[in-house]
Amino acid sequence: MAEFNAYITKARIDGADDGPLAGKTVAVKDNISTEGVETTCGSKMLEGYVPPYDATVVERLKAAGATINGKANMDEFGMGTTTETSHFGATLNPADTDRVPGGSSGGSAAAVAAGEADLALGSDTGGSVRAPAAFCGVVGIKPTYGLVSRYGLVAYANSLEQIGPIAQTVEEAAGLLDVIAGSDPRDATTVEAGDDSNYAAAADGDVEGMTIGVPEELLDGADEGVVETFWDAIEDLEAQGAEYVEVSMPSVEKAVAAYYVIAMSEASSNLARFDGTRYGLNAVEAGDYDDLSEAGNWNEAFATAREEGFGPEVKRRILLGTFALSAGYHDRYYGKAQDARAWIKQDFDESLQAADVLASPTMPVPPFELGEGLEDPRTMYLADANTVPVNLADLPAISVPAGEADGLPVGLQFIGPKYGEETIVRAASALE
Amino acid sequence: MSDGDEPAVTGEEVRNVADLARVDLNDEEVETFAEQFEAVLADFETLDEVPEIESEPDLVNVMRADEVEAGLTQEEALSNASETEDGYFKGPRVS
Repeated sequence: MAEFNAYITKARIDGADDGPLAGKTVAVKDNISTEGVETTCGSKMLEGYVPPYDATVVERLKAAGATINGKANMDEFGMGTTTETSHFGATLNPADTDRVPGGSSGGSAAAVAAGEADLALGSDTGGSVRAPAAFCGVVGIKPTYGLVSRYGLVAYANSLEQIGPIAQTVEEAAGLLDVIAGSDPRDATTVEAGDDSNYAAAADGDVEGMTIGVPEELLDGADEGVVETFWDAIEDLEAQGAEYVEVSMPSVEKAVAAYYVIAMSEASSNLARFDGTRYGLNAVEAGDYDDLSEAGNWNEAFATAREEGFGPEVKRRILLGTFALSAGYHDRYYGKAQDARAWIKQDFDESLQAADVLASPTMPVPPFELGEGLEDPRTMYLADANTVPVNLADLPAISVPAGEADGLPVGLQFIGPKYGEETIVRAASALE
Repeated sequence: MSDGDEPAVTGEEVRNVADLARVDLNDEEVETFAEQFEAVLADFETLDEVPEIESEPDLVNVMRADEVEAGLTQEEALSNASETEDGYFKGPRVS
C-alpha cells in the first residue's frame, strides 16, 4: 500500500449507509480537518495534531455515504508543485515512479491514479488540484471561489483557495463536486450557486457549437511535446463540432509574480498561528528543553518552535510574504499585485465573452524527475504559469487527460466563467 | 532590497525579516535565502509595469445577528496543547 507514499495516515472513516457515494472510497488531503484523525498538513509542525471537529466537506462526504480511507500526502501546508516538500517524504507518480506526482495535492492524485482510492479531495490555491491531476493522468477540478466551503481547511492563502475533487473520470469528479458544493453558514465567502447542483449530468460530451478560446500567452515557452498533444486535443474537439478561436491575454504574464506576492503575504499572516501554544510543535520539544521556563520569552520560544517545525519552502514563503507586507514595500509589491489581479480578471472577462471556455495545457512541462526542482524554487514557481491566473480571477477550471508526451501524461485545462462548472465539465467530457 | 534596479539582498535583511516573522534561521539558511530572494524579488519588481485598473470588489460585508451556539468544550480546545495549567493554555513568559 505504501508503494507510492500517497497517504500520510491510513484510516477508515465510515459514512452513512446510503447516499450518492455509498461504496466509494475517498482519500482526503491532509490539510482538511477530520475529527479524531491526525491532520498534519504534511508538516512536522502539526505532526500528532488531531482535530476536534470535521471540515464541512468531510461532513458532506460522510452524509453522502463515502468511506474516507486516509489522509493524503501533500507539499507542506500546500506550498509546492511536486509533493516533495512534505515532511513525510515524497509521493511517487504512479505513471512513472522516477517522477513527481505534481503538487501540492500529489497524494490525492496518486491515490486515485493508483486505484488506492476511488476518489479524492485536494485543495487548489494556485493549481494544487490541477497540477497533480495532469501529472498523474487523472481529472481534477478547481471550483469557482466560494462554491465549496473552506471551513476546516487549514488556511494557506484564503482569497485564492478552494477544495476540489479528483477522480478517474470527468463525471465522477463532477459528481464529487455535487456532494461538496453549496453554501455553508460557517464560511461567509460561500455562495448559493452550488446548492442544488447537478454537474455530473453535464458530462455528456456534447461540444457541438461550443467556442473554445486559446490564449496564446499560455502556450508560450511550453514544452514541445506538451504543445503537440494540446493541439491534437483541440483538433479532436473541432472534429466533434466545437469551434476554436485565438484570444490574447497580456495580463497573464504578470500572473506568477502577482500570485506569489499575494499567496506568500496571506501565508505569512495565516501561519502566524503556529506558535506551539494551542497546538503544534512546542518550544520545549523543538528546543529540547526540560521545561517551558527554559525556552526564553515568547518571541524566542515561538521562533524556536517555528524554526524546527517548518521546512525550507514554508520558511521561504513566510519570510517573502512578511517582506512584501512590510513598511515601505507594501505598495510596491502587495498593492501592485492587487492591481495585477484586477487586470487579469478583466482579461478573463473579455476573453470569456469571445469564447464559452478557454483551453491551455494544464502544466507547461511534463512531470519533473524527483529532486529536479528542489534546489531552485523559482523554476518551480514558473511551472505554475497556466494555473495561477485562474485562482487570481476566482474562476472554475478542470484538468483532464489529453494524451501523452514521451510516454508521460499531459493534462488539458478548461477555464470557464464564474459558476460555469457545467460548461467546463461538458468540454472536458468530450476528451474522454 | 535597495532601491536599485537589481535588488541585492543581504544576510542582515533576511535576518530582520525572519525576526519579524518569529522564525529562527541558521547561518546556512540565511545565506541560501539571501541568494534565492534576490531572484524572486526581481520577479516581483516586474509588477511595476502593471497598469492601474479600476475594479469593484466582488465581496461585500455580510452582517448577521450574533447567536450563541455550542462550540468546542474546554477539554476539546485544550486537547492538542502540550502545555496547559488549570484548564488554560500555558505560553512562554512575555518578556
